[in-house]
Amino acid sequence: MSRNLIIGAVLSLFFLVLAALSFVWTPYDIEALDIPNKLHGPGGANPLGTDHFGRDILSMIMMGARTSIAVALVAVSIGMALGIPLGLLAAARHGSLLDELIMRGNDLVFAFPSLVIAILITAVFGASAVNAIIAIGIFNIPVFARLTRGAALPLWERDFILAARVCGKSAARISVEHILPNITNLMIVQGTIQFSLGILAEAALSYIGLGAQPPTASWGRMLADAQTLVSIAPHTALVPGFAILLMVLGLNLLGDGLRDWLDPRIRVARV
Amino acid sequence: MIRYALGRLTSLIISLFVASLVIFAVIEVIPGDPAAFMLGVNARPDTIAALRAEMGLDQSLVTRYFDWVTGLLRGDFGQSWTYKTPVAELIADRIWVSLPLASYALILSTLIAFPAGIYAASRRGGPGDITIMGATQLGVAIPNFWFAMILVLIFAINLRWFSAGGFPGWSDPLLAIKSLTLPAIALALPQAAILARVMRSSLLDMLGEDFIRTARAKGLSRRQALWRHAVRNALIPVLTIIGLQFSFLLAGGIIIEQVFFLPGLGRLIFQSISARDLIVVESVVMLLVFTVIIVNFAVDLAYAVVDPRLRAKT
Repeated sequence: MSRNLIIGAVLSLFFLVLAALSFVWTPYDIEALDIPNKLHGPGGANPLGTDHFGRDILSMIMMGARTSIAVALVAVSIGMALGIPLGLLAAARHGSLLDELIMRGNDLVFAFPSLVIAILITAVFGASAVNAIIAIGIFNIPVFARLTRGAALPLWERDFILAARVCGKSAARISVEHILPNITNLMIVQGTIQFSLGILAEAALSYIGLGAQPPTASWGRMLADAQTLVSIAPHTALVPGFAILLMVLGLNLLGDGLRDWLDPRIRVARV
Repeated sequence: MIRYALGRLTSLIISLFVASLVIFAVIEVIPGDPAAFMLGVNARPDTIAALRAEMGLDQSLVTRYFDWVTGLLRGDFGQSWTYKTPVAELIADRIWVSLPLASYALILSTLIAFPAGIYAASRRGGPGDITIMGATQLGVAIPNFWFAMILVLIFAINLRWFSAGGFPGWSDPLLAIKSLTLPAIALALPQAAILARVMRSSLLDMLGEDFIRTARAKGLSRRQALWRHAVRNALIPVLTIIGLQFSFLLAGGIIIEQVFFLPGLGRLIFQSISARDLIVVESVVMLLVFTVIIVNFAVDLAYAVVDPRLRAKT
């Protein structure tokens, strides 16, 4: 296993454990305000310090990890659940009107950056974590559709697919039984990368007020609150920023490591 | 080439048409009655009726869509409900912050990424390559708005080299550029990291090609073969990414404008969302999507110009 894979897995697992732990325990209640104890630096009873309401930053980071991971995970799931079948369908009907329609539809969604989708949704439905999920999820659909189609097309030319067709299997059955298992590794790697982009997008949307709303804890919201405090209490901005950086870095390294580990050609080349 | 360009042009027109339909549907159809939505739940019925008439909501959806699109084509984006001025004027004022910011960031990103990517590829596996690749991993993972806050903390608050925010206008160009410098750096860094990685991998692909071996066999030094043959060919995919990045920089600028309190399109769109001024939101979103589609179209054409294989395939 590569160094990237190990470092990435450890970092990602660390935040997953923090998020899971927040369901049963956090050092302090994040809704309990303690104004006399506000803006304390890291150390003592609050290892990562307190914010402008005297809330414990470590507890907020734990709860924020839960929000970030939940939003990014659901958004990637939406992208996979809709994008992979569309990509498989386009590949199975390569060159047809349906293929053309799916690909042009993808191009259209690509013209709407996730931020613009979020702006559109928020302008009409208001800001919330659910709307952030929808915005990031919609942006993920063409990513998976394109990747699936691109990976599936060369497989359709292979002999084992021809054999399946000769046996009388339908295009749908071939897609599910033969194409999908062969592109799963690729989807896992891309899923990891989109997951890290989802964490960044959720933080950005929450930062500008289009994502998770109070009292839901979010790393992006913590940074928005810290913006005016950065000169007097830098830790309020540094801690959530480093949390996002480490989580995204971990997932990116994990994605890179998984790609190398799951691709037998790269493994053989290394040996 | 002309056939290829015409094909892409048709695709461009269809994309713009469908995108405008989607934006119109989300803003003007889904809320039910946009006038009631904009005025809120406590609005009096006669106020809603007056706004309905002002916005032309008593006409059919098809007429409204047609009026909106033909207005856009004439440069008439409608009247802002909150500012009481034409939306086109609001956009024209703010685009002179957002567009230079995106362009400045693109120039910085390219200036950082090219030397970094070329150096890393030419020293593959060496300490320089490992350092640059490590730095790009960090660059890709760093949230740009957080990086912007760190830049403010260091260069504006501690060192006092730059202002922490605001924009003085273009009457003094040097001061204007100076006030856009920190935002442009914050915006450029993650894009530079991506671009450097693409540049490196594209150049490594080229360095493994037969024509480089031939060039070396004919007596060119490693450096000469790299600069005369490999870099030029490696630029093709890199230019595509640069084109695509411009759209992301324009959209990404919306967030950075918030950090630096810049009076650009981002500020306009967020103020309009808070004020429920759907007319402004609709036009600014259309403008952003229009830019992305046009840039993609230009990239496709540029790609076909530099890579004849693509034209032949289509």
